[in-house]
Amino acid sequence: MRIVAVCGAGIGTSAILQVNAQRALERLGLEADVSASDLASVSTAAADAQVILTSTELADQVRAAIGRNFAEIVVVQNYFDVDEIAGKLQTSLG
Amino acid sequence: MPLPPLATPAIALQADAADWREAVRAAGNALTVSGATKPEYSERMIGVIEEFGAYVVIAPGLALAHARPGPDVLAEGLSVVTLANPVPFGHPHNDPVSVVLGLAVTSAEEHVASVAELANVFNDEAIIGRIAEAQTPAAVRALLGYEADA
Repeated sequence: MRIVAVCGAGIGTSAILQVNAQRALERLGLEADVSASDLASVSTAAADAQVILTSTELADQVRAAIGRNFAEIVVVQNYFDVDEIAGKLQTSLG
Repeated sequence: MPLPPLATPAIALQADAADWREAVRAAGNALTVSGATKPEYSERMIGVIEEFGAYVVIAPGLALAHARPGPDVLAEGLSVVTLANPVPFGHPHNDPVSVVLGLAVTSAEEHVASVAELANVFNDEAIIGRIAEAQTPAAVRALLGYEADA
């Protein structure tokens, strides 16, 4: 399973989301390859991903960027809230 | 892995900012004063938000201002600015912002581990309020888990 964390510049925020998504997956007992990407390369980076994690602010731009890709876009409000991320990943993957 | 370098001159407490651009500029100034960036980096951080929106407000009250690596980044560094009066960035859930972190990295790949350390600190949800109220740069460094001197 592949998960991609997306932010505008591909540094900083997506790295935090990547790290906390890995923590959330450990908590759920799930294994996945989590990578970080910027908006400009998300259509390639997420080509074989099941889930794209991003912020409320970027969700529409991610949706437009991935086009016909069928990955689910999961919106995270608080990037540091592992409970929130775990809950949303569980809903989306369960 | 270590936290990103946070020099004491890169900590500005109770800064005055009339809007989010001034708040980001304060974080950029703090990076410049500490020697991590050239002044132009501030405008590039503002440009990221103008282009993509206020997604840099990644938790209630906290913005992580940053831009891609570039010639205006002299060394990896972090700055911390607390605002005397919180300002809205235009985020649907996490406004207003009282703490702005400025992050400068020299390579997109190599910063992930140090940012992960930063995530460790902020997984404690009370930390943002404590930083917002910190009275000294030393207190900020201690809250973030840095050694006493820099």
